[in-house]
Amino acid sequence: MSSPTTLFDKVWRAHEVHRSDSGQSLLWIDRHFVHEGSFHAFNKLGERQLPVARPDLTFGIADHYVPTQARDVALVADPKVRSMIEQLSHNTQQHGVTLFGLDDPRQGIVHVLGPEQGLTQPGMVMVCGDSHTATHGAFGSIAFGIGASEVAHVLATQTLWQSKPKVMRITVEGQLAEGITAKDIALTWIARLGADGARGYAIEYAGEAIRSLSMEARLTLCNLSIEGGGRCGMIAPDQTTFDYLRSRPWSPKGEAFEQACAYWSTLYSDPDATFDLEVTLHASEIAPTVTWGVSPEEALPIDHAVPDPEQLSDPAKARQARDSLAYMGLTAGQKLTDIAIDRVFIGSCTNARIEDLRAAAAVLAGHKSRVPGMVSPGSTLVKTQAEAEGLDRIFIDAGLEWRHSGCSMCVGMNGDLVASGERCASTTNRNFKGRQGPGARTHLMSPAMVAAAAVTGHLADVRQLPVASLTPAGARS
Amino acid sequence: MKPMKVVTSLGVALPAANVDTDQLIPARFMKEPRSVGYGQFLLYDLRHDDHGQPKADFILHHPEASKAEVMVSRRNFGAGSSREAAVYALVDDGFRCVVAPSFGDIFASNAVNNGLLPAVVTEDDAEQLLAALGNAPSAMTVDLEALTVSIGAVSVPFTLSPVWRTKLLNGWDDIDMTRQHTDIIAAFAHQYAEQFPWSAPSPPGASLIGKG
Repeated sequence: MSSPTTLFDKVWRAHEVHRSDSGQSLLWIDRHFVHEGSFHAFNKLGERQLPVARPDLTFGIADHYVPTQARDVALVADPKVRSMIEQLSHNTQQHGVTLFGLDDPRQGIVHVLGPEQGLTQPGMVMVCGDSHTATHGAFGSIAFGIGASEVAHVLATQTLWQSKPKVMRITVEGQLAEGITAKDIALTWIARLGADGARGYAIEYAGEAIRSLSMEARLTLCNLSIEGGGRCGMIAPDQTTFDYLRSRPWSPKGEAFEQACAYWSTLYSDPDATFDLEVTLHASEIAPTVTWGVSPEEALPIDHAVPDPEQLSDPAKARQARDSLAYMGLTAGQKLTDIAIDRVFIGSCTNARIEDLRAAAAVLAGHKSRVPGMVSPGSTLVKTQAEAEGLDRIFIDAGLEWRHSGCSMCVGMNGDLVASGERCASTTNRNFKGRQGPGARTHLMSPAMVAAAAVTGHLADVRQLPVASLTPAGARS
Repeated sequence: MKPMKVVTSLGVALPAANVDTDQLIPARFMKEPRSVGYGQFLLYDLRHDDHGQPKADFILHHPEASKAEVMVSRRNFGAGSSREAAVYALVDDGFRCVVAPSFGDIFASNAVNNGLLPAVVTEDDAEQLLAALGNAPSAMTVDLEALTVSIGAVSVPFTLSPVWRTKLLNGWDDIDMTRQHTDIIAAFAHQYAEQFPWSAPSPPGASLIGKG
């Protein structure tokens, strides 16, 4: 009998090509996603005149710089933005890499597209030059973001040197109440442990509340692992995972799928496996949560008030809070529900899957948004599905813009920006200074909470709005 | 990469926590080729006002700051986006070392891959160093062999993974190192494909392409 092993260790061991004298592991990479920003890495490869070692395991996705108003690269006004999209096409074509480009009906944000296409599977090691790669861990894979030098290394060798992180388990006991989502779980643990609380750790999410989450909700939760500093986040695959993957375009077919399922079923943490750190939350402690500051750790339940720096005993925390309040233009002690907003954004790799759009539409149906805003579906297939369900009409009737898929206003690289000084209720992942545009003020929250803010014109508790069919976005239907 | 042993230079204080990579280089500059020099974009929105005018009192605009090779900051430096451009901005502006109580994981890897030392000190020691630097660039020394950071009489230890220390001391490059293991990798890939045959991408037939 081998000793009890964590899910993380099982996957890690299966990918260890070599261990150096210094203890670093050379890991085999099953899937490598590249996007427009990967041009630095392709240039590094070009400088050395190296080929892509495994183009069959490399996939290109146009998402960071794509326009959301039209699907034609020729219509992109900024030549530098256009060049980013064209360079990706050129580099993938030159190296024989499959591209999900701007005009592909499967195009989408890499962390929405990968799972949707069945490219993301349990037990894999997956990387991408994007910190939200942790998303794919929702399937029980080790998935993490890397920098351009590492992207070049993976392109050249299909491997990566890594020091094994410690492993922590975040267990969420009990069942989430109505209106509480994976986003709220994430913001709650990050507020509790800090934006660097999981630094140096791989995270496994476990417990009754996690097992009850849909794949979409698990993706949201794992996506935000990096916002708490985690190297990656993962959830043991189960029937929900297998059901999701069966008959996805790139999933194993026929007998191979059954073989895969048999193996995937062994990927869980053994009952006596030990973790370097255990954190337990009870679902009943988790409320709809919003950020008030400029780091995801600056988050509170919606029925709380903006913190008063003078009341904080830790001088470092007080200093940080003063700085955050100044940037955000907020007053200490102000009720969160009194914060008026200028704009809403529903989109990003965090919260733009079909369930997210349904949750937002359920709140918006029959209402007008009091502020302008934009909805950018996570993928072109999500957009098509939403239109088939009539969700686009709900958003448009509410006065919001129904856009194409891309990273869009989460990071603003394509020009979808929040103006300086404007306050945006956003389903995205980072409330950093200037993230949505220079001087932009971001409040992070779940899609239903963004919709509630749109309907009321201020941050609002979605549970107190009359909604016809309010179900938690995380619930398995 | 050039080997690093001791950095003796001016240091500057950036007394803020959570200096994330979006602040180190705002996204809008990342479509520029590296050849333009990324140093001009470093902390752009912190060092300029709303009209794009340099803030005269910002530390990087001090007349001596262009000579600084060391930056001292607070916890969770380089958190967030994996953009290596954040490291390019620091390196192209002349920095060779950042000293802080903690770093974003991906930033720290990116730093070492570009010859930038991420030196971890305790919170108290970071405060001592920040106080010693004050509002003007000051002479300081970072010794990678002794693992110490010093400003005048103040000398504190720092930590760094032994692997990264060796890499920086020797100026090693990962791709060169890994290509010495080509045979092991090929053998692994072969055995892996036999053990996990379903892991090979299974492209969809034409009829499946439109399915989600």
